[in-house]
Amino acid sequence: MAIQRKPRLAVWKFASCDGCQLSLLDCEEELLAVTEQVQIAYFLEASRAVVEGPYDLSLVEGSITTPADVERIREIREASRFLVAIGACATAGGIQALRNFGDVREFAAAVYAHPEYIETLKRSAPIAEHVFVDFELRGCPINKHQLLEVIAAYLHGRRPNIPTYSVCIECKLRGTPCVMVAGGVACLGPVTQAGCHALCPAYGRGCFGCYGPMETPNTASLMAWWREQLGASPDAIVRALRTYNAGSEAFRRESEAYEHAHD
Amino acid sequence: MSTLTTKTVRVEALARVEGEGAFYVKVKEGKVVDAQLHIYEPPRFFEAFLRRRSYAEAPDITARICGICPVAYQMSAVHAMEALFGVRVEGALRELRRLLYCGEWIESHALHLFMLHAPDFLGYADVIQMAADHPDLVMQALRIKKAGNDIVALLGGREIHPINVRVGGFYRIPKRREWDRIVEELKWARDAMFELVKWTGQLPFPDFEQPYEFVALRHPDEYPFNEGRLVSNQGLDIPISAFEEFMIEEHLPHSTSLHARIKDRGTYFVGPLARYNLNFDRLSPLAQEAARAAGLGPTCYNPFQSIIVRGVETLYAIDEALRILETYPEPDAPYVPYAVRAGVGHGCTEAPRGILYHRYVLDDNGLIVSARITPPTAQNQATIEADLRAFVEPRVHLPLNELTWQCEQAIRNYDPCISCSTHFLRLQVEDL
Repeated sequence: MAIQRKPRLAVWKFASCDGCQLSLLDCEEELLAVTEQVQIAYFLEASRAVVEGPYDLSLVEGSITTPADVERIREIREASRFLVAIGACATAGGIQALRNFGDVREFAAAVYAHPEYIETLKRSAPIAEHVFVDFELRGCPINKHQLLEVIAAYLHGRRPNIPTYSVCIECKLRGTPCVMVAGGVACLGPVTQAGCHALCPAYGRGCFGCYGPMETPNTASLMAWWREQLGASPDAIVRALRTYNAGSEAFRRESEAYEHAHD
Repeated sequence: MSTLTTKTVRVEALARVEGEGAFYVKVKEGKVVDAQLHIYEPPRFFEAFLRRRSYAEAPDITARICGICPVAYQMSAVHAMEALFGVRVEGALRELRRLLYCGEWIESHALHLFMLHAPDFLGYADVIQMAADHPDLVMQALRIKKAGNDIVALLGGREIHPINVRVGGFYRIPKRREWDRIVEELKWARDAMFELVKWTGQLPFPDFEQPYEFVALRHPDEYPFNEGRLVSNQGLDIPISAFEEFMIEEHLPHSTSLHARIKDRGTYFVGPLARYNLNFDRLSPLAQEAARAAGLGPTCYNPFQSIIVRGVETLYAIDEALRILETYPEPDAPYVPYAVRAGVGHGCTEAPRGILYHRYVLDDNGLIVSARITPPTAQNQATIEADLRAFVEPRVHLPLNELTWQCEQAIRNYDPCISCSTHFLRLQVEDL
């Protein structure tokens, strides 16, 4: 007879701010209930107790930026039944992927007195560029309720129910008037995946793309509209597309289209 | 037992801290010969990619340095830009910025005090194990933490990487009625936290005091969040714009990391213990009363007792949030206007872990020419290493497991945030 044991959850960190794994500790009302269902087997931010793998579900925060981390993510993949990348660093390379558009050696020299001691890769890469990822949970930071949905889904052997439509849908659901049409505020909402409950427009500012591109975004059309209707400069467009999800395919491609344009 | 033994206390992946770090202490013939806190968190080059970004993006981008104290990054960034533009954010908007910082102190301190630090004192590997034996304590702690997060979530938009902070003020001001539920929670939290401060006073503390130089902001009337002069208990008293003149980083031969020092003097100590020692008289009467009830005087030189001080500051932040919310002045406009200009701006605010310094040079279009960011943990690193040296020597006889755990606890006294420090400290390449 098989021995029933709690599924083992592991939380791993690569180049990141710690905010996405903190989302789990920010589940103040749900945390103890989660620990009744899963064994927290590896979660250094929370515990000095380490349970050896294999792990049933690995949550991976951060991007791959060093040769050592390339090796480490492979070992984690081998030790994990399901592997979920959490947050913009893990799904798109994060803000540190801005190095991908520049020269990392020059970046290191700008920050460190002895850049020769810095061991780093030229590119900041999402987890899926190095290993197979079972699911990508977007956001900078992730939404903790979506994180709980992902954990619950894998515990019950189903796909997570995470919408891939745009922030615009969430504005409509929330009843927020369109900041761009009604207020002339530049907004990435039409091309950005939902998940934040259209937070920024509800606070009177344009979406700045924390959740990355929605499914099949028409980024070129939106940026043409920014240009023609809002008078946005090519520089401003490049900056808007190059933040936390700069490394995502849709945002990267469109930003490159404007990179060498002039007013 | 031979006196010629060599003993190495080593932890390759430090737990219950924010970010990735390691430490080792090497003891030879009863003497500590080396103590190092390693930072192996990969660098992310914030100062490099901030160049050519707009001044207006700095609060949102620098928030991504740290998911635990994003408000601190936003506050230091906006104050630096406002100082440069010569604009003052006063009155109701200033009060709301204090309120936002209260929220971050409450959530960050409660996280560290109860979930990361307290398990050391009670002998648990983590808060989840602790919850099995102390469910009421953990439930109260989580509820207090949530009250802090609720403030940040309403005023900032969300708990992690808030979206409502901008140069000049905010994008939207929540209405008075939106705060009703939070005010009730904070009233509960104030009573609960008062008792919990007393509880921290009863924890077992090792006998360990060091002659620290504490550095914190000091304001004429307030316990410091966003403004003040930089002062120390050894006579430092400078405007924040002089930070780089007095606070220097040295490359010491015995170590491969940069060490922060006060010019012509030694290492220094930032964070709750520093603020407390330099600003006890600015705490609210209730916070002072709680400190006394926990057995703490107006000064404290034992870093293990920082758990009490974090409790006192949590209570202060709850008390201060309630003071602000009682009057809740709704400002006329969510932000004050300003004119962009070229120049240098300095910002230094009290992050939960201590002073966080930003300096930006802007061009005529408001684009960043250069940026410098000095987080609190980078400033404390040398002090943490000095503590390890002083702490281990009289305790070398302890079993290795026990000594290792106590060393971890000595590091966690500082609530080190390694995610913050990494973009500044040299990556440690030595193979442990």
